[in-house]
Amino acid sequence: MFRRVLRLGLTPGRPNRGLRTRRGGFILDWDAKVSDFKKKIECMLPGKQWGMPYDTSYLPPKQSDVVIIGGGILGLSVAFWLKKMESSRGAIRVLVVEQDHTFFFSQYSRASSTGPSVGGIWQQFSVPENVQLSLFSINFLRNINEYLAVVDAPLVDLQFNPSGCLLLASEKNAATLESNVKMQRQEGAKVCLISPEQLQNKFPWINIEGVALASYGMEDEGWFDAWSLFQGLRRKVQSMGVLLYQGEVTRFITSSRQMETTSGEQVVLRRIHEVQVKMNNSLEYQPVECAVVINAAGAWSGQVAELAGIGKGLPGTLQGTKLPVEPRKRYVHLWHCPQGPGLETPLVADINGVYFRREGLGSNYLGGCSPTEEEEPDPTNLEVDHDFFQNKVWPHLVQRVPSFKTLKVQSNWAGYYDYNTFDQNGVVGPHPLVVNMYFATGFSGHGLQHAPGIGRAVAEMVLEGQFKTIDMSPFLFNRFYLGEKLQEYNIL
Amino acid sequence: MAAPRAFLRLGAREWNGRARAIHGPREPVTPDSNQKRRTLLQFLSDHFHDVQALREYLLQKQASRVNWKNRSFPNIQQKYGPDVTGALFILKQGGAVKFQDKEWIRPNERGRFPTEFLTFREVPVEAVDASGCAINYQGMSNLLPLKELRSLSLQRCPNVDDWCLSRLYLLANSLQELSLAGCPQVSERGLACLHHLQNLRRLDISDLPAVSHPGLTQILVEEMLPHCEVFGTDWTRGPKLEAERPPRDTPSPVCP
Repeated sequence: MFRRVLRLGLTPGRPNRGLRTRRGGFILDWDAKVSDFKKKIECMLPGKQWGMPYDTSYLPPKQSDVVIIGGGILGLSVAFWLKKMESSRGAIRVLVVEQDHTFFFSQYSRASSTGPSVGGIWQQFSVPENVQLSLFSINFLRNINEYLAVVDAPLVDLQFNPSGCLLLASEKNAATLESNVKMQRQEGAKVCLISPEQLQNKFPWINIEGVALASYGMEDEGWFDAWSLFQGLRRKVQSMGVLLYQGEVTRFITSSRQMETTSGEQVVLRRIHEVQVKMNNSLEYQPVECAVVINAAGAWSGQVAELAGIGKGLPGTLQGTKLPVEPRKRYVHLWHCPQGPGLETPLVADINGVYFRREGLGSNYLGGCSPTEEEEPDPTNLEVDHDFFQNKVWPHLVQRVPSFKTLKVQSNWAGYYDYNTFDQNGVVGPHPLVVNMYFATGFSGHGLQHAPGIGRAVAEMVLEGQFKTIDMSPFLFNRFYLGEKLQEYNIL
Repeated sequence: MAAPRAFLRLGAREWNGRARAIHGPREPVTPDSNQKRRTLLQFLSDHFHDVQALREYLLQKQASRVNWKNRSFPNIQQKYGPDVTGALFILKQGGAVKFQDKEWIRPNERGRFPTEFLTFREVPVEAVDASGCAINYQGMSNLLPLKELRSLSLQRCPNVDDWCLSRLYLLANSLQELSLAGCPQVSERGLACLHHLQNLRRLDISDLPAVSHPGLTQILVEEMLPHCEVFGTDWTRGPKLEAERPPRDTPSPVCP
C-alpha cells in the first residue's frame, strides 16, 4: 500500500495522470523546477556568486517546444490547432510571444491587424485553395462553440451577419469573374452570377453603370466581430495550456551546417536553437530554448525573418531571397447616411477596389479602398489621412450608390496589412534553409478570414510533416525563389 | 487507504498556495474571472483535472445529442423521396406536418405518429410546424428540399439561429408564411438575410430576445420586404390589454 502511494504521488512524468491536482502539483514541469531549485541553492552556498532569487514570473519559460512569434489571430489559431492535434494531453509545450502588451485587453491597440479589421469573410477568390480555406473557416465559425467550448466560460457570440458579398465586374473583368465563379461553385461555395438588370431589381439603391456582371454569395458569406473570435480563441488556448507572454523577439541563436544536395550543390542549413525575448521598456531578455519557431508576426514578419538570417545572401540565390512581407497602412472609414441602402445590403466590393458594408441597425456603414502602388500611405505611423476619403473613396461610393451623397463621416482608423509584395497571397510552411522556422503570414488582408484553415495547415505541417486536409503547397516559401506568382484576382 | 492519498493532495495544494504567494497570479485578469461566487462544481473543476475532464465530456455529449437529433436520413431519402424524409424528420422531432390536400399529422403525447404518409407518392409537403423542436443548421438540410413548402413555423426553437435563417433562401419560390416568434438565438443579423424570400406574405418576428431594438428592426424588415405583413412588437400602442387587441385578419389557409 505504501509503495502504491509512492507511485501515485511521487513519481514524476507518468504517462497517465491519475488523481492529480491541477494548479502545480508534483508533476507539472518537475524537471525544470528541480533544476531551478538546484540553481537557487547553489547561489546561496558560500564561495558562489550571490544571485538573490527574485520573482521572474513575468519572464517567459526557459524552454518551450514551439515558440509562436505573434499573438494575433493567426498565431493563436496555430496554437489552438497544435494543442488540438497533439497526440496526448500536454504533449507539446507552446509559447506565444506578442510584442504589444496592450493587445491582450484592448482591441484599439494597433500593433496587430486583428483589432482594426473589418471582419469580412467570403469565398469569392480565384485561387481554389483560398476558396477551400474560406469554406473551412466558415464551418469553423458556425460551430465555434463546439471548437472553443471552455467549461464555465460564456459562449462565443461572433455577431455574424450572413448578408453575403457582392463583387462587381466591368466589361474587361467579366470573363475572369465568370470563370472564377465556376471554380468556386465546383469547390462548393454558394455563389451565383447576376446580370445588371437582376442586380437593379434586387438592390434598387445601386447604380449599375459600368457593371457588366456581378457575383453574389447567397450563403456562408458576410462579416463578423473579429475581436470576439480573438477573445474566444485566447480563452480556449489558455485553457488548453498554451502560455501567452509579452515580449519582443530580438535575436535567434542558430547553428549552421554545410550540406550537399543530390545534385552536388552546397547549401547551408540553419537551425534555430534559442529565441531571445526582450521585455518591454527594459534590456532584460529571456532566452527560450525551442524546437520549432512559427513566424506569425503579421506586418512585422519580414523583420523577424531577417533576424533568422533569411535573405542574407547574394540576391537571386535561395540564400538571398527575403521574405517579401511588409506593413502597409490601410484606412477604414465609418460614416452615417440615413437614406442609405437598407438592411439587406451585402458587403459590396466595387470594380475599382472600393468596398463598404452596413454596421449595426443605425444606418452606419464601414468601408474603405485599397490604394494603388503610387498612392501607398506611409506605414511608419497610424495617422489617418482624411483627404484620402474625400478624394479617393467618396467619389466612387457616390457613383455606385447615389444616396451616399449625403453621407457624414463619423470616424476613421488605420491598421496594417501584412502585405506580401510578391503576389499578395500568404506564405505557409517551412523555410527551405532555416529548417525549423515555419511561416503563417503575408495574407494581405485575408488573414482573419482564413485563420482557422491556416492554423490547421501549419499544425499539420509541424506535427505530421505534410499538408493533410487542404493542400497549401502553392503557398510555400519556394515560390519567391522560383518566381512563380500565385496571383489573386481581387484584393479587398 | 484514502487517507495517505488525501494527505498528499493536501500537501500539494499547500505548497502551491505558498508558491503562488511568491510569484503572484499568473493569468492576465479577464472580465470573466471577476465572478465572486463560484459554485462547488466550479471550485472542484478548478482544482481537479478529472472533474474538469468530466465536465468537458458532458458538455460534448450535450452537443452531440443535438447533432444526433438533426442527422440526415439518406436511405429513407433514396427510397421514399425528399418530401417523406422531411416529414419523417419533423415528426421524429415532435413537430407537425401537413401534406397537400391532406390533414395535419402530429405525434401524440407518447411521440408516436401514424405512418400512412410513407405511402404518399409525389405529394408535396405544404406546411411544417416545428415549434419547440431541436432543429438546427444541420437539420435544416432535411427541410430545404421541400420545394413546395408554403408555411414554416419555427416558434420557440432553441437551436435556430442566424446561420439557419441564411439557408432559407432555397425556399424563396414557395414560402409564404414564416414564424420565428420566441427563438432565443435569432437576431437582427439573421433577419437581414430574409430579403431573398420575396414571396413571403406573413412574417412573425415577435418576442425575439436577441434582437437589440425590436421596433427599429421591424421597420427595417418592413422596408426590406414591401409585400409582406410583418408581425412584431406592437410598438404603436401603449401598454397592451387583451381586450383591446383587434381581431386578426383573414387567417391563412395553412394555419394549424
